[in-house]
Amino acid sequence: MAWFKRQSGELDTSGEKKVRTEGLWVKCAGCRQIIWKKDLEDNLNVCPKCEKHFRIDARTRLSQLLDDNQYEVDDQDIASTDPLKFVDLKPYASRLKQAQSDTGLKDAVLNVRGKLNGRPVIVSAMEYSFIGGSMGAVVGEAITRAVERAASCRTPIVIVSASGGARMMEGVISLMQLAKISAALAKLDDTKVPYISVLTDPTTGGVTASYAMLGDLNIAEPGALIGFAGPRVIEQTIRQKLPQGFQRSEFLLEHGMLDAVVPRKQLKPYISRALDFMLAAA
Amino acid sequence: MAAQRTRGATASLAQAQAEAPELWAVSDFLLSMVESLWACSGNGSGFKMDAALKAQQELEKVEQQIAQMESIAGASTDSHKQLEELRQRVEALRKQIYAHLNAWEKTELARHPQRPNTLEYIERVFTDWSEIHGDRGFSDDPAIVCGMARFHRQEVMIVGHQKARDTKQKVYRNFGMPNPEGYRKALRAMKIAEKFGRPVFTFVDTPGAYPGLGAEERGQAEAIAHNLREMARLRVPVITTITGEGGSGGALAIAVADRVLMMENAIYSVISPEGCASIMWRDASKKELAAQALRITAPDLIQLGCVDATVPEPEGGAHTDQEAAAALLDASLQKHLAELQQLPVSELVASRYNKFRNMAQFFSVES
Ligand SMILES: [Zn+2]
Repeated sequence: MAWFKRQSGELDTSGEKKVRTEGLWVKCAGCRQIIWKKDLEDNLNVCPKCEKHFRIDARTRLSQLLDDNQYEVDDQDIASTDPLKFVDLKPYASRLKQAQSDTGLKDAVLNVRGKLNGRPVIVSAMEYSFIGGSMGAVVGEAITRAVERAASCRTPIVIVSASGGARMMEGVISLMQLAKISAALAKLDDTKVPYISVLTDPTTGGVTASYAMLGDLNIAEPGALIGFAGPRVIEQTIRQKLPQGFQRSEFLLEHGMLDAVVPRKQLKPYISRALDFMLAAA
Repeated sequence: MAAQRTRGATASLAQAQAEAPELWAVSDFLLSMVESLWACSGNGSGFKMDAALKAQQELEKVEQQIAQMESIAGASTDSHKQLEELRQRVEALRKQIYAHLNAWEKTELARHPQRPNTLEYIERVFTDWSEIHGDRGFSDDPAIVCGMARFHRQEVMIVGHQKARDTKQKVYRNFGMPNPEGYRKALRAMKIAEKFGRPVFTFVDTPGAYPGLGAEERGQAEAIAHNLREMARLRVPVITTITGEGGSGGALAIAVADRVLMMENAIYSVISPEGCASIMWRDASKKELAAQALRITAPDLIQLGCVDATVPEPEGGAHTDQEAAAALLDASLQKHLAELQQLPVSELVASRYNKFRNMAQFFSVES
């Protein structure tokens, strides 16, 4: 019996950085070294050897950002109705059911209220393992509610994005969520309540082209894939290989598209410091 | 065989008016063939599409014949009556064929090379067009045109995607796929309109925002996002018309409007049918299935509550008669602008917000 679980080849080629839940050891896709899983977890799922940021789920994210891992969950009462009755190789309805039982969430986002270094905050954390974190009517509604709640309670909001973009199986309905959330953010902007957008691996498509790029500050974790079009679509369009590091956080920072690239360990202190700037009494 | 008979018959057209009844019989025969071809074409989407195209071509031939017979029919009321009957049958059949156009056929129609483009509509619907260029940051993007114009003597701002016909122009316009600077120019134009209290008309016709290296470097996503937010609170009336292809975020970036109109044969989608097919079916040739599943036609969008009204097109599509298409568009724009100009600005902006806030709410609420 192997004393560590090898990452499957499929995950390696797609650049996935999933933490295997079974086995005591994981192989880092960044440095190819074998890491003791507990070391990885103690290090906020960042490789202790090469600083590669592994993807984490919404609940883990919240536990890292909010004081004492304490928070109240909102908006878990809404679920998709499969408005187009969409069927491709598999019915969307069964994809939804599967994702719901895998994640224990109704859809790809978790809205909560908690405290960040003692200050009340609203956080919407996206769940990438729920159909690629894609945004349909439920994610659109949930994030809009969180933004409206932030405005009406005058509580700062942090949205942590991890999404492949609009959810194809809800067609144009998912497209309209971009407009809905952006409109809500226009209102929030008018109230001067802070909004910090945190972009994590990956944030692409309609999510980047709406709320993820509309924070008072847009900050990203290191090495995250961030873009409008997916790398494969771009390669097919321009018929050439993409340069190394293209559409990664550091690339966006260099091109002036991000306010900062913040390592996971620094994320909470960075947000806290920004909220001080925005809210502390003069 | 039918074609041969037709040629023979038309060659002898000039011979005598008295032959008109015989010609009528030929046309009648041809038309019956088209009708039965159409009736038997079944429901397989690919086959039906071919049938629709073939039937349209045949119909055009029959129409030409009718026109020729008209010229030789002279004063005979009987002949005229018969010709009128034929014409009505042609019309009815054409309606049937168009009513059966499926989502993929509409996609092809929306992308029709002869479909009027934004500058062509501007020429026919507006006067005193003065283009304004550039995003003041990087460059001028020819895939989006912006400018001042007059609409029935009112000063208005126009923003629209621009496609083209010949290869050189297509490349120049980047096939109507804007780069970030196109969206930034669009917003700059809309802000000028806001400052001077002028209504904004936008015209959407794009496969999507350009997925290129430079576009990513210069923040395609940020440019689109910014437009969505700013259009939502623009303090002047905004009317969007989807004239051809409404390609995802690249379309929406100039389509957060008080009225979103959709031309009868336009499409509006989160992804192209081809793109969806290659991702969801892992097979780009399943584009017809994808087009159907995505619900992208004007009646779909009306039913889903994502657009406000349909702008009718001339029978057969906007490309068959640009003047008529422009006139129909003009009438719709006038009606909606007049309605919006009744509202005080604060009410206008509030109702735009509410419209998008309550749009596309498809979820169940559990206690
Ligand atoms: Zn490593």
